[in-house]
Amino acid sequence: MLTVFLQFLFSGLTVGSVYALVGMGFNIIYNATSIINLAQGEFVVIGGLLMWFFLESCKLPFLLAVALTILSAGLVALIMERLTIRPLKTNDLLIMIMVTVAVAIVMRGLLMFKFGKEPYSFAAFTEGDPLVIGGAVIQLQTLWVLGITGTCILALYAFFNLTIAGKAMRACSFDPTAASLVGIPVSRMIMFSFILSAMVGAIGGIAITPISLMEYDKGPMLAVKGFCAAMMGGLGRGRGAVVGGLTIGVLESMTAGYIHSGLKDAVALLILLSILFFRPAGLFGNAAMQRLKGH
Amino acid sequence: MLEVQNISKVFGGVHALVDVSFSVAEGSLSALIGPNGAGKTTMMNIISGIFPPDKGSISFKGGVITRLSPAAIARRGLSRTFQHIELFAEMTVLENILVGRYIKSRSGFLAAGLRLPFVRTEEEKNRAKSLEILASIGLEGKADELASNLPLGEQRMLEIGRALATEPSLLLLDEPAAGLNIRETRDLGKMIVRLNTEREITILLVEHDMDLVMRISTSITVLNFGQKIASGKPADIQRNRDVITAYLGEEDPSC
Repeated sequence: MLTVFLQFLFSGLTVGSVYALVGMGFNIIYNATSIINLAQGEFVVIGGLLMWFFLESCKLPFLLAVALTILSAGLVALIMERLTIRPLKTNDLLIMIMVTVAVAIVMRGLLMFKFGKEPYSFAAFTEGDPLVIGGAVIQLQTLWVLGITGTCILALYAFFNLTIAGKAMRACSFDPTAASLVGIPVSRMIMFSFILSAMVGAIGGIAITPISLMEYDKGPMLAVKGFCAAMMGGLGRGRGAVVGGLTIGVLESMTAGYIHSGLKDAVALLILLSILFFRPAGLFGNAAMQRLKGH
Repeated sequence: MLEVQNISKVFGGVHALVDVSFSVAEGSLSALIGPNGAGKTTMMNIISGIFPPDKGSISFKGGVITRLSPAAIARRGLSRTFQHIELFAEMTVLENILVGRYIKSRSGFLAAGLRLPFVRTEEEKNRAKSLEILASIGLEGKADELASNLPLGEQRMLEIGRALATEPSLLLLDEPAAGLNIRETRDLGKMIVRLNTEREITILLVEHDMDLVMRISTSITVLNFGQKIASGKPADIQRNRDVITAYLGEEDPSC
C-alpha cells in the first residue's frame, strides 16, 4: 500500500518539478513585462530534442551538449523577442500573448520538420542502481531532476530578490516609464527575461527527457500545466510556482495511479479552472495587490 | 548646464509648445511656471526623452540629448520625478531606491547571477548608499514597507529619493508639492534647497505653488499657451505685466 503511494509520490514530484520550472519561466517574463509567453512549453521541448541532437547525433561530450542546448534555447528566445515582440507597436497585452501562441505553433512545426513525430530519449546523467525507499524504486535521474530544479529555483530567487539587476527587471513590469527614467534599458531587460526563461525551460527539458521521453508536440500540455502552476501560486511569485508545480505533479500522478490514467491531464485543468473562479490572485497572491497592479 | 533651444511640439493641432528657448545654469535652482495647459509638463517630457520635440534641440552638459532614450538621458545624469507618482508600488521603499542604483552598479547579468565576490561588495555599497538616501528624505524607519502603503507625502519623497539614487547632476521635479499640505510643502521646500546647496544638484522645478517657487528659486521661466512670456529673477517676474495678465487675466479698463 505504502510502497505504491510512495512510488506515485516520487513520480509526481518528478514531473511536478518540470511544471515548476515552466511556471518559473512564465513568472520571469511576466515579472519583466506582464506578458504571458505561451511558447514556454516549446522551450522545454527544444531543451530535450536539442540535447538529444548534440549528444546522440553529434556525439558531443555531455557538458558541452548541455551548454550548447541551453545557449541555443536562449538564442531562439532572443530571435523570438526581436522578431515578434519588439516590433509590435502596441501596449495591448492580449495581442502580445496571441503573438506568443503563433510563435509556439511555428516552433512546433519546425521541430516536427527536423525531428519528426517520434519520441526521443538519451541516457540518464549517471549510471547506477536505483534507490529503494520503503519499497518504492527511485531512479537516479529523478534525484537529478529534483536537484536541478531546486538549484534553478534558488538561483532565480537570489537573482530577483538580492541583486539590483533582478530588481531592475521586476521594476520594468511595474512601471516601464519610471524604470527607463532611472536609467534602466527596458527593452534590453525584456529581451533578457525571454532569454532567461527559455534557458530555464530548456534545463527542465534536458533533465526530464531521460525519464519521460520528449516529442515535438509536448509543448502545449507543458505550457498549460506550467501556467496552472504559476497561477496557483499567483503569477509572478517564484515560491508559488514551485508549490503549484509540485502539487499538480503529485495530484496528477495519484489520479493516474488510483483512478484512471486518462484523467491525468484533467486534474491540472480542473485546478486551473477552480483557481480562476475562486482565487484568481493565486493561493499565495494578495487580491488587493493584484487590483493595485491592474489600476 | 541645460540648453533648451527653439522647441516646438504639436499634439493633433494643438500647439503645446511654440519655439521655446531657455537655459538652466549649473548650480541654479530654476523654476518653470505657467497657468494650466501652458506646456510645462510637455517640456519636462521632452527634456527627459519620453517623446521627441517636433522642432528644436536640447543639450545637456554640452552634448545634444534631443533624440536619446529616457534611459540614456538618465545615464548622463539627468533624473526626474512625476506629477502623478510613479513608484514601483509592489516593491518595498528600500527596493525602490535600489532600483534607482541600477546605473551606478557595474555588474552585468552574468556576474550578478553568479554572485561573484566583487558583486557582493558592490551590492553592500549600494545598500549603504540607499539607506543614506532614505535617511536624507526622512524615510529611514520605513525601508521595508511596501511603497504603495505610504501616505502621499512620503511617496513623493520616495520618488525624489529614487531620482537621487541615480546621483543626478540635474534633477527635474514635476509639481512636487501637488497634493501636499502646508507643513509638508514647507518641509519639501527646505529639502529642495538642501539638495541644491548641500548636494550641489542643479534643479529645474515645475510648480503651481507660487509661494514655494518665489521663496526658493533663483531664476524663473514663465510659459503661457506654449510660449515663453518671461524669464528672470523671482522679484522681476512678480512685477512683470505679461505674467500678471497671464495668471489673472486682462485688466478691465472700466474698473
